[in-house]
Amino acid sequence: MAWVTAAMLTSLVVLALVGPLVWGASADRPDPSAVLQGPSVAHPFGTDNLGRDLLARVLTATRPSLLLALAAVLLGATAGVLLGASTAVLAPRARRLVAGLINLLLAFPALLVAMFLAVVFGAGAGGAMLALAVAGVPGFARLAHTLAAGVAGTDHLAAARVLGLRRHRLLWRHVLPNIAEPLLLSTTTAAGTALVALSGLSFLGLGVQPPGYDWGQLLNQGLDRIYAEPLPALAPGLAILYAALTFQLLGEVLAGGVARRGPAPRTTAPPLAPSGPAEDGLVLQVEDLGVELPTPDGVIRPVRGVSLSLRPGEIVGLVGESGSGKSLTALAIADLLPEGARVSRRTLRLLGADLAAMTPKERDRHLATGLAMIFQNPASALNPSLRVATQLTETVRAHRGASRAQAASEASDALRRVALPPAVLRSRPHQLSGGQRQRVMIASGLMVRPGLIIADEPTTALDVTVQRQITRLLSEIRRDTSAAILFISHDIALVGEFCERVLVMYAGTVIETLPADRLAAGTRHPYTRALVESVPDLTADRDRPLPTVPGAPPDPLAPAPGCAFEPRCPRRRDHCAEQAPPLEDLDADHRVACWYPVPVTANPETAVAP
Amino acid sequence: MSVPQLLRHPWTAFLGRRTARLLLSLAVVLTASFAMIRLVPGDPVRAALGVDAAPALVAARRHRLGLDAPFLSQYRHYLDGLVHGDLGTSLVTGTPVAELVRTRLPATLEIAGLAFLVTLAVALPGGLLAAVRTRDGRHPHTELVFTAVTAGLAGVPDFVLAAGLTALLAVGLQLLPVAGAAGAESFVLPVLALALAPTAVLVRIVRVEALKVLNEDYLRTARSKRLSPARRYLRHAAPNMATAALTVAGSLLPALIAGTVLVEKVFAWPGIGSAMAQSVVSQDYPVVQAMVLVLGTTVLLAGLLVDVLLAVLDPRSTIRET
Amino acid sequence: MTSLQVSELTVRHLGPRGPVTAVDGVSLEIPSGTTLGLVGESGSGKSSLARAIVGLGPLHGGRVLLDGQEVRIRTVRDRRRLGRLVQVVLQDPDTALDPRMTVRRTLVEAATVFHRLDRPARAARVAELLGLVGLDPRLADRLPRQLSGGQRQRVAIARALAVEPGLLIADEITSALDVSVQAAVLNTIRELRRELGLSMLFVGHNLPAVCHVSDVVAVMRHGRIVEAAPTGAILRTPQHPYTRALLAAVPSLRTPPPDGRPS
Repeated sequence: MAWVTAAMLTSLVVLALVGPLVWGASADRPDPSAVLQGPSVAHPFGTDNLGRDLLARVLTATRPSLLLALAAVLLGATAGVLLGASTAVLAPRARRLVAGLINLLLAFPALLVAMFLAVVFGAGAGGAMLALAVAGVPGFARLAHTLAAGVAGTDHLAAARVLGLRRHRLLWRHVLPNIAEPLLLSTTTAAGTALVALSGLSFLGLGVQPPGYDWGQLLNQGLDRIYAEPLPALAPGLAILYAALTFQLLGEVLAGGVARRGPAPRTTAPPLAPSGPAEDGLVLQVEDLGVELPTPDGVIRPVRGVSLSLRPGEIVGLVGESGSGKSLTALAIADLLPEGARVSRRTLRLLGADLAAMTPKERDRHLATGLAMIFQNPASALNPSLRVATQLTETVRAHRGASRAQAASEASDALRRVALPPAVLRSRPHQLSGGQRQRVMIASGLMVRPGLIIADEPTTALDVTVQRQITRLLSEIRRDTSAAILFISHDIALVGEFCERVLVMYAGTVIETLPADRLAAGTRHPYTRALVESVPDLTADRDRPLPTVPGAPPDPLAPAPGCAFEPRCPRRRDHCAEQAPPLEDLDADHRVACWYPVPVTANPETAVAP
Repeated sequence: MSVPQLLRHPWTAFLGRRTARLLLSLAVVLTASFAMIRLVPGDPVRAALGVDAAPALVAARRHRLGLDAPFLSQYRHYLDGLVHGDLGTSLVTGTPVAELVRTRLPATLEIAGLAFLVTLAVALPGGLLAAVRTRDGRHPHTELVFTAVTAGLAGVPDFVLAAGLTALLAVGLQLLPVAGAAGAESFVLPVLALALAPTAVLVRIVRVEALKVLNEDYLRTARSKRLSPARRYLRHAAPNMATAALTVAGSLLPALIAGTVLVEKVFAWPGIGSAMAQSVVSQDYPVVQAMVLVLGTTVLLAGLLVDVLLAVLDPRSTIRET
Repeated sequence: MTSLQVSELTVRHLGPRGPVTAVDGVSLEIPSGTTLGLVGESGSGKSSLARAIVGLGPLHGGRVLLDGQEVRIRTVRDRRRLGRLVQVVLQDPDTALDPRMTVRRTLVEAATVFHRLDRPARAARVAELLGLVGLDPRLADRLPRQLSGGQRQRVAIARALAVEPGLLIADEITSALDVSVQAAVLNTIRELRRELGLSMLFVGHNLPAVCHVSDVVAVMRHGRIVEAAPTGAILRTPQHPYTRALLAAVPSLRTPPPDGRPS
């Protein structure tokens, strides 16, 4: 598309430059002997009422048509952008006034305003151009206003304001450069629109006046002949169309170039081999789970060799910082990974059944009824336009064939379980508080009586007092239904308090699994230890700085052969950079992936008696 | 509900603000249409009657139009006339402009309304379908074709399309009537010419909006419930993109109405637009003035209608707060 | 270096159902060289209060006094006078820095708002500021997208310090950061306070983080301050029931949870 557009644009520019020089003379030469002729060899598009060659006239008209349109757009865009962008730096009252003015003017279509102004300015090329420029101001102002409002809401503009920078400096240094790209794009498209509108004005007789001519005027003159000779009438129209398409495609190509992120390499997943042998009494059995994700910069492996298993009624915490792969692990288990992601695993069994051995339909039903997902942000995880009742009942209606009445009564029960009144069924999510919404999400999960609940950061978006209510609710549900819960969180203190067993992830692998009560004092991996110590604690000594982890997590695009934590590790030795340590048993409950684990008594002062 | 409660009700506030805005915009339209005839360069009366018209005739016509009165009293007179349904008299034909509006407005509203409905009927399902097919970077070739074709169609000027359609379908193939309003088939070409570009613009925006919605967390929730694709897209996605799509559609409506001026000229459609086009050429300013007023008011009322409709349809719409 | 007094400050926002009082007649005092921690849950009005003090948000009543002088923000000149004394660091590391400006340009712009600096002095100042917040001076020519979230927040702090303010307002500056990064930023804040003798208003929802850097902690709820006391006192003997609820809700590895671990 880019090459076609470039060719079209070049042809227009060349025509505008050389057209009047080459064809100008023949376009103006009247020939009384060849008046109103149809297409012929001498006159491919025919002639007009004075016998002038129409092809030459159409080609010559490129220059005035383009120049007028460009002038109108540049004038209108400059005025509009300055007006609109100024709202980002004005005082609130002035800002509201300008925004109100823009809205008021926007109520009128630009073409109508242009026609009105062209009448007022008097028919003619200059008047029409000016009219169009003025008519375009509100559109540009609105766009610039919207874009600038985005910049005005950013922290860096607030900081620049507090620094005491003057308004013009804010506008030129901080607002305009950040909105220039989309504005340039829309100016390109607007040039096409302006060309069409100017042609429209000339077509109405409000634009270029004889003896001058542009495409619109030629079309107007030809229209009367359309029944007899379509081509002479349509030729200027085709020219307008060609130019309009050029600008439209140019905008498209530029926008594509701005948004271009090399196409992610596409992979096709190989059929998964059947899972390994089932272990008795496991709700979830995952062995050697890996995820490959295509990104514009290359394929990354954000989850590598993760194994985990849950027994009925068990609460297991999966903890890690951003980018550790904990959420992708959950999505891979639930078969909810984004398009293009590739999963590999040795075993994935939910409630004992091998997901690889099922037909897609069976797998859907098994996942829908065996597993409930609770997501991080209840405000966005619930559908804002559907009533709670619909969202609660649809799963059992689809997968268990429950009748409407039966599903509704089950939904009331589920709401009672999460301490919400049945009246909530008739509400929409926006009428509920954040905590209530998360209760609705949990109730929705309970509807299918799942064997496993995966809660992905279910309290991160909530206040700390509400967080406590939600974790308590999950504990009760676990006790009453003996569902297993996989609780994913970045908050190691919360996980330590609320879970029985904890898996710690770093850079896509599980680096330590241990009973939660050992987190405070019994961690063996240097990263887990550092993570625990860097959490500020109410009882900690406030006169000492917090221990921190120097450095940054490894770049997922450039995985190193050794231990992923090696570059940041205070205990590293040469061996660590060469070979990644496997996750090995320390005792029955405690496994660690480290060549040189921290000794148990290394830091006794942080330990308190349980 | 008590009276103070009613006054503080969000709906009251919303309708109050919208009415105030409408009145303000109407005032702009009224003033602009009034001022136009006084602002045009040269003497409109002489222009209409011809350069060699007798001075006495010009003076008499000026007097009849009230152009020799003081400015403010002219304005008062103009508003007074409007209240009584008097839109002035054509300089060319001498007939009351109100009569012209009464006979011609329905024809314009018909093609504009039909074109808008066609736009919605094609763009809403089309955009959703395109989004579903190209979500998460699937079918990149479909996406490329979709983008190129809609960009091209969005750039087709309505009056050029109108001329092209006339030449091809009416003159060339003689499938449809060339001009005028007679029977259902005469609507096809004008409506097509008016609807094509807005449809192409809208279908693109609907696709983008739909892609946004398809990436929302609640669609992942729907996926985690293993609902059928039909239910996910129609029940979960469609209602959430409707507001945004209709808002954009509403913003296309004014331009569509303005487009009737050019399209009606091509098809000699007996509406407001062609009347305006004719009177512009013949410099019949009282008619132009009235047509600006009527078209401007139509646009404003259509905008208000769309806003209120959106506020009614979307229970959590923020439009009521603006 | 700068003391802050706020008396009877009121902020209202226009909500969907009419005006909402976000800050309801709040008074507080930060003596020179001390740090006040302001904690509260979402919607408690703590950010509205912080933004009103620096003139980023509306202010509908009450007075703000810096070193005993009343602050008014009517003109750009007022705003510049205020900017010399008070600077602010905000929550979002993604938008904290202008995406098109290098760290150096950002810092130079801030350092030259009130002082003229020649070229060598600028380079020295940039290096000094980066050193102050514990960043490698070699990062100066990077763009924000080439920095991590924690690094961006440090640059934002350095920008605020560039005008040598007496009072720093930090509004939720660590809430978008990972814990290990948060710890480093909190340490930086504590060191700055010690080295520069800054007064500080540290706003946050994470009680342990706020307590870690504050001399006095004020607890805010529904637009009012329900309790304010020295940090040690508020942790040992919270008076208000809401403060107690807030303290009890904080998860901790080192104290047994209030309702016991499920067993």
